[in-house]
Amino acid sequence: MQLTNRAKQVSNKEMTLAEKMYLPAVVGGLAITIKHFFRKKPTIQYPEVKKYLGPIYRGHHVLKRDEQGRERCTACGLCAVACPAEAISMVAAERKKGEEALYREEKYAAVYEINMLRCIFCGLCEEACPKQAVYLRHDRMVPVFQERDEVIYGKDRLVEKLDDRYIRKNSEVKTTPTEPSLTRSTT
Amino acid sequence: MALPILLTKGLIILVIFGISLLIATYSTYAERKVAAFLQDRIGPNRAGPWGLLQPIADAGKLFFKEDFIPSQASKWLFILGPSLAMFTALMSSAVIPFGDSIRFAWDNVNYDVNVQGIEINIGVLYIFGVVSLGVYGVMVGGWASNNKFSLLGAIRAASQNISYEIALGLSMIAILMMTGSLSVRQIVNEQATFFEWNVFTQPLGFIIFLTCSFAECNRTPFDLPECETELVGGYHTEYSSMKLGLYLFSEYINMFVSSAFISALYFGGFHYPFMNEVNGALEKSMGAVTGHNLATAIGFLVFFGKILFFIFFFMWVRWTLPRFRYDQLMNLGWKIFIPLSILNVVVTGAGLLYDFKYSSWLIVVVMTVLAVMSQAKAPKQQVVPQRTV
Repeated sequence: MQLTNRAKQVSNKEMTLAEKMYLPAVVGGLAITIKHFFRKKPTIQYPEVKKYLGPIYRGHHVLKRDEQGRERCTACGLCAVACPAEAISMVAAERKKGEEALYREEKYAAVYEINMLRCIFCGLCEEACPKQAVYLRHDRMVPVFQERDEVIYGKDRLVEKLDDRYIRKNSEVKTTPTEPSLTRSTT
Repeated sequence: MALPILLTKGLIILVIFGISLLIATYSTYAERKVAAFLQDRIGPNRAGPWGLLQPIADAGKLFFKEDFIPSQASKWLFILGPSLAMFTALMSSAVIPFGDSIRFAWDNVNYDVNVQGIEINIGVLYIFGVVSLGVYGVMVGGWASNNKFSLLGAIRAASQNISYEIALGLSMIAILMMTGSLSVRQIVNEQATFFEWNVFTQPLGFIIFLTCSFAECNRTPFDLPECETELVGGYHTEYSSMKLGLYLFSEYINMFVSSAFISALYFGGFHYPFMNEVNGALEKSMGAVTGHNLATAIGFLVFFGKILFFIFFFMWVRWTLPRFRYDQLMNLGWKIFIPLSILNVVVTGAGLLYDFKYSSWLIVVVMTVLAVMSQAKAPKQQVVPQRTV
């Protein structure tokens, strides 16, 4: 019985003199390695050169605004429930009169925090969100932490800036991820 | 000896010493680069342009690490081990002729000073003596560590070096018979014409010598003394800091010296094709002094080209062949190389009786024919079915 067609019958035949002399095999081996010596190296010089990670890369979280610039999040908590790492926490609040330009619906997240040390960037929050409010952007990564108090990201760092909208139109979107401070919006 | 000769000699010795240290330093860098390139990687490139400062960074790191001596170790021998290894490694380059000679005029007399530490008429024996002392560095270090892995590594190193030294020496005897001298310079000078390079007159001896020098340097495929899979780190398991650095460094110096020795014995040393014509032209156009010195410089560079090639070859082989098993190593040394090199001596001697230098090709031809015949006779793919359980 064969599970794959890659099985190879082991041969334990007597070695011929040429094989016992090792030299033909050694020369063959040297030829193989020297071919690799001159081959083009696939290395990407990482900090200097960054690779495009694809249109569905899951990077930095963003709390989306709608077309009129109102926050979409209604603090339903589905993302927090979906999160396997329990990285998301939020406090809901009721929209006051006069805040209609800020929040789309009557309920909004007064506090929305993601613990980036816990987050595993699985994207389940994005899938769970019924309001298309949470996205993991494909063009920006969460930067390296220096201090513990940098780890919890609040609304100040999560809500989409009005002059830096994140739009993922189609799968051909291309930008190379750069340091977050240097990034501009993408189309 | 006149003062200028003494000065020139001193300068030459210093330069040779400096160059062998420099080459050993950059061998560590080259090893990592070559390894990387052979494995489709880039290798160290962070310290300086193309990682050129990497050896300095490595040495700095080694100096700043804790210099640990195990409490059960024999302290003085523990320190003596790496010193001995380094000492013997550096000593052996003294008799290798790196170039022809430097000529200068003094009191209207032309002096020729050999580009060589010292020219002695037993140069080959000297190198063999020093190289076999080299095993003491490993042995003392491994024994003083008071650790079974170190001791096993040291014993392996000693037995391996002793077994391969015999074949190494025997493969060279054919050359000594052809040259009639033990002086390395004499041997180099015998190879003035291209087709009299010993690699062409002694192909079998060359292969044996090359393989044995791999074993002598403890390089893969014969690096059993520091076989990580079996012996942790081998003889330098207990070593840290610059003591370890000296062991590793002495290995690279040994590699450099072996490469130099191979190129001197088998590849004509500082000779290159059409050397006499070039030298003649240079001396005619630039005068006997400058022309001669320039010709020497070219020979020196050619010799270093050969050495660098062999250093590269050492690394190339290291990243190609897997390590031998210990019994395979001993079989190869005692049952194959020693009989073959004795046969080589006999056949070369018989050829020399009739003034024929190329007689050891006979062995190569016969062996090739036998190999091809056995290959042709062997069944193409004889598959013996495995026992089914």
